[in-house]
Amino acid sequence: MQRFDEMYAATPFEGSDVRAHYKSYREWLSRQPADTMQARRAEAEMIFRRVGITFAVYGAKDEAGAGQERLIPFDTIPRIIPAPEWTHLQRGLTQRATALNRFIHDIYHGQDILRAGIVPSDLILDNAQFRPEMAGLKVPGDIYAQIAGIDIVRAANADGTGEYYVLEDNLRVPSGVSYMLENRRMMMRLFPDLFEQHAVAPVAHYPDLLLDTLRAVAPASAPEPTVVVLTPGMHNSAYFEHAFLAQQMGVELVEGQDLVVENDTVYMRTTHGRRRVDVIYRRLDDDFLDPEVFRADSSLGCAGLMRAYRAGNVAICNAIGTGIADDKSVYPFVPDMIRFYLGEEPLLSNVPTWMCRKEDDLKYVLDHLDELVVKEVHGAGGYGMLIGPAATRAEIEDFRQVLVGNPSGYIAQPTLSLSSCPTYVESGIAPRHIDLRPFVLSGKTVQMVAGGLTRVALKEGSLVVNSSQGGGTKDTWVLEDATEAEGSAAC
Amino acid sequence: MLSRTADHLYWMSRYIERAENTARLLSVSYDTSMLPKAARQGLKSWQGVLSISELVPAYREIHGEITRDKVLDFMVRDDSNPASILRCLRAARENARAVRGTLTTEVWETHNHTWLELRRQLDDGAFERDPAQFFEWVKERSHLSRGVTQGTMLQDDAYHFLRLGTALERADNTARLLDVKFHAIERGDYHGSASGGVAQFDFYHWSTLLRSVSAFEVYRKVYRDVITPGRVAELLILRPDMPRSLLASMQEVVANLTLVANAQSEETQRKAGRLLVDLRYARIEEILATGLHAYLTEFLERVNALGGDISRDFLVAN
Repeated sequence: MQRFDEMYAATPFEGSDVRAHYKSYREWLSRQPADTMQARRAEAEMIFRRVGITFAVYGAKDEAGAGQERLIPFDTIPRIIPAPEWTHLQRGLTQRATALNRFIHDIYHGQDILRAGIVPSDLILDNAQFRPEMAGLKVPGDIYAQIAGIDIVRAANADGTGEYYVLEDNLRVPSGVSYMLENRRMMMRLFPDLFEQHAVAPVAHYPDLLLDTLRAVAPASAPEPTVVVLTPGMHNSAYFEHAFLAQQMGVELVEGQDLVVENDTVYMRTTHGRRRVDVIYRRLDDDFLDPEVFRADSSLGCAGLMRAYRAGNVAICNAIGTGIADDKSVYPFVPDMIRFYLGEEPLLSNVPTWMCRKEDDLKYVLDHLDELVVKEVHGAGGYGMLIGPAATRAEIEDFRQVLVGNPSGYIAQPTLSLSSCPTYVESGIAPRHIDLRPFVLSGKTVQMVAGGLTRVALKEGSLVVNSSQGGGTKDTWVLEDATEAEGSAAC
Repeated sequence: MLSRTADHLYWMSRYIERAENTARLLSVSYDTSMLPKAARQGLKSWQGVLSISELVPAYREIHGEITRDKVLDFMVRDDSNPASILRCLRAARENARAVRGTLTTEVWETHNHTWLELRRQLDDGAFERDPAQFFEWVKERSHLSRGVTQGTMLQDDAYHFLRLGTALERADNTARLLDVKFHAIERGDYHGSASGGVAQFDFYHWSTLLRSVSAFEVYRKVYRDVITPGRVAELLILRPDMPRSLLASMQEVVANLTLVANAQSEETQRKAGRLLVDLRYARIEEILATGLHAYLTEFLERVNALGGDISRDFLVAN
């Protein structure tokens, strides 16, 4: 299979050409003594631990009885994207986020796209992610997914250049932006000279953009809106991110128990009594938001929230019911959505996808299980999937039974060879597969910072970059001007 | 600010202050245990350590006989002892973690680092190798936590709840310390007596108490005279300029309480103000005449009630 590495034109790396936008970094790296790089990596781990940049592991307790907190491995070699490529990505992401928001609005209002026969009705109306409670509800600015994490991969194409594909849209509570920001801080701390030599687009203003986006959807009755971040609490795996974003935006981090709804208005309980809340950046799933409407057994949310939402007294970001647009069974239709709502051709390609609910597609998938990736449409975190080329014959046969029993629960894609990036591993520097999650903010306008979170699969050959399965992260650089960077490196 | 946040901040600072006071107490008892027998006779300091935290029954259940090493282990690293330094520092860190977004990065990192470093010291035997060094470290971490709070936090409600927790815990701890030490004398566990006795015992007994609150040099500076129980009591109860005295702690409590006052806290402020004024206009002769133990018992009850009132007015969601 054709491979694509971000830094080198070919593997093995020895003697291979270095791609133009990596030349200056590669020169710098070759001048670094191995023990210096080793020391920097150890320092990074020490700092991450001291700063407490961790994620909680469910159900685990360490020997001192505190919940287990794990570090996400951080790799010191950046993933670099040249400016023209980023410009292309940014346009494609803006287009995609816009169409997805239009789609969600349509689904909860006119359902034009269903009536036009472009997306099958049963796929939406029978979907567990469809929230009938949202039907006809007016949300501020008609925006549903204020924060979208859109997963991008790059794979080799015939001429040996890489092509970007959208792998997945995350429109509910996408995580990872705090790692994007902390990775940059760490790199600047460890390698200040690199940032003098390269014009790396900054990302630190993300919390400002986020706050701006959240304030933009406040009810009109609140000229100085109070924004809060709603977390399920300290034991949630992304708690660090929730606390970090609240702090960086200078807003309260609340739990459900801190909120109370009265007269269809949301208040938080403060030392000076109750104070009105206008915008909730919620970091818990729909199911847990309001026991009056969703799961009655959940105490994570706040009873009456949906009443306040319906009355237009509070904005909830992302809106309820956005999951209908990031379902894997809906993913294959996103290019059609772009054509339908915007009248444009998609700038970013989907990964070719077989929908097992279709008879022909299912037949093809069953005949090619050993070369495809088959995914559960509601699965997440890299679970519930079959990676054909890496599976044993017995695993494939087991999966075949499951698939035949519930074809509409699965989609299949070719095993793209995700691009790799040189990464520190035990044996030294070696290629490891990566993906990219840019964070797209939709308020009055669509905004994003240059880059995103690069995740890296640390196991040799592995395509699974998810942190819950031992994936790591890297800093993502968008070089504002490659020629200038090379010029200054030469000084 | 959120009631829940205020609650975490208040308890975070109480727990770190409590860890510091435990370290102070253990440190002094540990030093005393190295004195020649004549000088330490009757001090019964290890029992005192347990009495202060009302832990004698809990300790006896686990260890039986009171020995230096067992008390040290119980008070430093025993996970079943809610007052152990391990438990206090973990609680401080867990409270900090719950509100890490409210703290400055420096304050959070200080607590997180303290916890990670504590685990390391306990795991690799650093504490057993050099207990004195370990106690110094706990005190330093507490100093650092107060210093970084003062040096970096916006002086808003969050800051005042932190100060409130520290001051209230300190008032409680100093009163307990005094009570246990004086009580031992009144019960006759001590060779000398409160009014005089063998000069050498007096010196070691009172200097121990003073050192436990970093007041030995202060005493010399203030009184320029030999150490007498009455003056020790005066210094630690009534001096407004002695940072760990009851009066100084209550000044701090009242000042911060005023700054966070809300619609329902009037009665709590009144009680706190009353306690402060009682201290401000008290005379040590009167206190000693009515009995120090009775006086301190009442003070502890009032401080405890105040803690309950503060919880009800500010920290419990309503």
